[in-house]
Amino acid sequence: MRQRILTTTLLTSAMLAGAGAVSAQEVRFMCYSDGNECEVYEDVLNRFEAENEGITVAIDVVPYQAILENLPVQLAAGTGPDIAKVTDLGGLNEYYLDLTPYVDAGYWEASFGDTLDWYRGGDDRQGIYGMHSQLTITGAFINATLFEQAGIEIPGEDATWAEWAEAARAVAEATDTPFPMAIDRSGHRVAGPAISYGAALFNEDGEAILVDDGFRAFVQQFVDWHEDGTMARDVWAGQGGATYQDAAQEFINGELVFYYSGSWQVGRMNEQVGDFFDWQVVGSPCGPAGACSGMPGGAGIVGFAQTDHPEAVAAVIDFLAQEDVYAEVTARTSNLPAHLGVAAAGVTYEGVSEGAQAALNAFAGDLPDVAPAAFAYQGYAGNRAMFGITVERVSQAIVGELTVDQAMERAAADLEAAMAETQ
Amino acid sequence: MLVILNPLMRIIEIPMMALQRLLGVNRLAWVFLLPNLLLFGLFAFLPVILNFSYSLTGGDNVLLEARPYVGGRNFETLTSCSSFLDPNTCIEDKFWRAVWNTLWFVTLQVGIMVGFALLTAIILNRDIRARGFFRSVFFFPVLLSPVVVALIWKWILQREGVLNAFLDWIGIGGFNWLIDAEWAFAWTVFLSVWAHMGFYTLILLAGLQAIPRDVYEAALMDRASPWRTFRRITLPLLSPTMLVVLVLALIKGVQTFDEVYAFTGGGPGTATTFIIQYIYEEGFAGAPRLFGLAAAASLLVAIVLVMLTLIQLWINRRNVDG
Repeated sequence: MRQRILTTTLLTSAMLAGAGAVSAQEVRFMCYSDGNECEVYEDVLNRFEAENEGITVAIDVVPYQAILENLPVQLAAGTGPDIAKVTDLGGLNEYYLDLTPYVDAGYWEASFGDTLDWYRGGDDRQGIYGMHSQLTITGAFINATLFEQAGIEIPGEDATWAEWAEAARAVAEATDTPFPMAIDRSGHRVAGPAISYGAALFNEDGEAILVDDGFRAFVQQFVDWHEDGTMARDVWAGQGGATYQDAAQEFINGELVFYYSGSWQVGRMNEQVGDFFDWQVVGSPCGPAGACSGMPGGAGIVGFAQTDHPEAVAAVIDFLAQEDVYAEVTARTSNLPAHLGVAAAGVTYEGVSEGAQAALNAFAGDLPDVAPAAFAYQGYAGNRAMFGITVERVSQAIVGELTVDQAMERAAADLEAAMAETQ
Repeated sequence: MLVILNPLMRIIEIPMMALQRLLGVNRLAWVFLLPNLLLFGLFAFLPVILNFSYSLTGGDNVLLEARPYVGGRNFETLTSCSSFLDPNTCIEDKFWRAVWNTLWFVTLQVGIMVGFALLTAIILNRDIRARGFFRSVFFFPVLLSPVVVALIWKWILQREGVLNAFLDWIGIGGFNWLIDAEWAFAWTVFLSVWAHMGFYTLILLAGLQAIPRDVYEAALMDRASPWRTFRRITLPLLSPTMLVVLVLALIKGVQTFDEVYAFTGGGPGTATTFIIQYIYEEGFAGAPRLFGLAAAASLLVAIVLVMLTLIQLWINRRNVDG
């Protein structure tokens, strides 16, 4: 009897110790979804767990706002997750785990190329800090059915913002549609058009300036379009602060002719518009400066240096970066690939209509038009501050609290103050 | 009960007697106060000290030890204005827009709310039919979460909301209530009055019921008019309660954040951005996170709230002494 008790105790202790060992290798992954990304990650990471006994990945699905607001505070306090999907790519660099010692650096350089730079801070051009999991590019969606109903020809590939505005106004008037145009309430979304109007965003020394003649010209045009009813006022005037607001629902409801957003909306359009009307992607219109640039962007998976299990964290990210896994996730989540091998091989998206497939290809085809300034802006560590300042000050100009000149003066001063605080 | 308590008391008595011998009778009071003092210190006093410390530092690091000392720079940034009446002349114009919005909001909201709460309390104090039902109806919004209140009114007031549908139905046509700065501000005041009036109505109702009936009977015998009775009896006897209501409403008004943030997000532009939202956005939502500036702004708000409380105490004391 005594021997049985002893055996049972030893077995139980061994099991508990085993459980302890397993839980010691638990990796927490803070994830947000634009569509179904976290769901797909959970699925593929089940395979990782089966292949890597002793490592479990717990996915905490959170709203995007938590990634923007809570994650940086958690990281600063040392209580962050082990892995996260982030969009402030360079801004959180100080917390990233350098994966270089744990992964095949040659494979990563060959597969992710320039996007690796977006995760690097300062003068570091060597470290591997994150895997760009979804490449995005901003561009416009149009309601092709409304154009057809209005009997107005869709402007051509090289059409300017002014030509699109004129066409959208005419379509809206002919079809009694409430809004001709809308641009998401986001500093990132405004950047592409501003670059097309000549904004350089940085000076010759590479320092951020945000406001110059090109930027001011687009803001003036944007404010004028709000005043004359070309732009949907609800989107930018319906919120305060730097809060993000899209106009996807207005577009889906058939209330909007021209909607400037980005490639991440394709899945939503495919799912929610259905047969309601025909929509298509027309990329980024051209500006007076000759550029027809969108803004690249997207999200990436990063590990954090404060983790207790750096090897396990690197193993998880490296698994997701492998070409076959990356291709599967991309196909299932309807995103553009940042993995050069996957992009070169082409992606056959799962469960999307022909229209959505064409839209994703159209966005991918727009990448060569992206201006160098747009890539530089996306890779700049202080871009989130610049995006926020843009939204706040442009909104004030739209609602009439400030003139465009005052708003631009304030924006430049805000940027100077923000830079001084972070140096 | 005593059978259980007596032995327990004896157990406690032994260490207490020892403590009393050690510290003396007078100092023993501190032993009883210690648990409360510790809790108060940890959750009230320590955060105030931390907040003050943050207000004297700069940078965007959350850890105090990693933040550079900047002295009074944050306060200087907040208070540098050519004219305090015109936010455009201030270095931190958003702070002064929030300050002026808050002042306007508090003035309108408190005035309207206390006025309606008094009127409602007087009506509900009368012997009307279904009095209990109406008391519940007026109190019901107080029970709702601020976010629920904001969402309900957002659904009613948005472009395709219930109100516009109704206006459209009666042929007036809809209006974009939350896009126009003046309307958005007016609806924010309305929403806040609707959400909180029930609480103050209840306090005033209790105050009204505490007024002795015989004073009214005496007034009736003297043939005093209802207006004179209200002015000469109800208002003076209700004034201590009114004072409490006013101060509570003022403090709560200055602290307004959650329901307005969910309702308008502070927009259009900064039309409904109040001081607490400014502090939140500077410290937590924006980039970079300016904890120092946010802490300095919150200290200035705290000073205003302390002043309001002191005024309440002073008036209370004067009433008691008078």
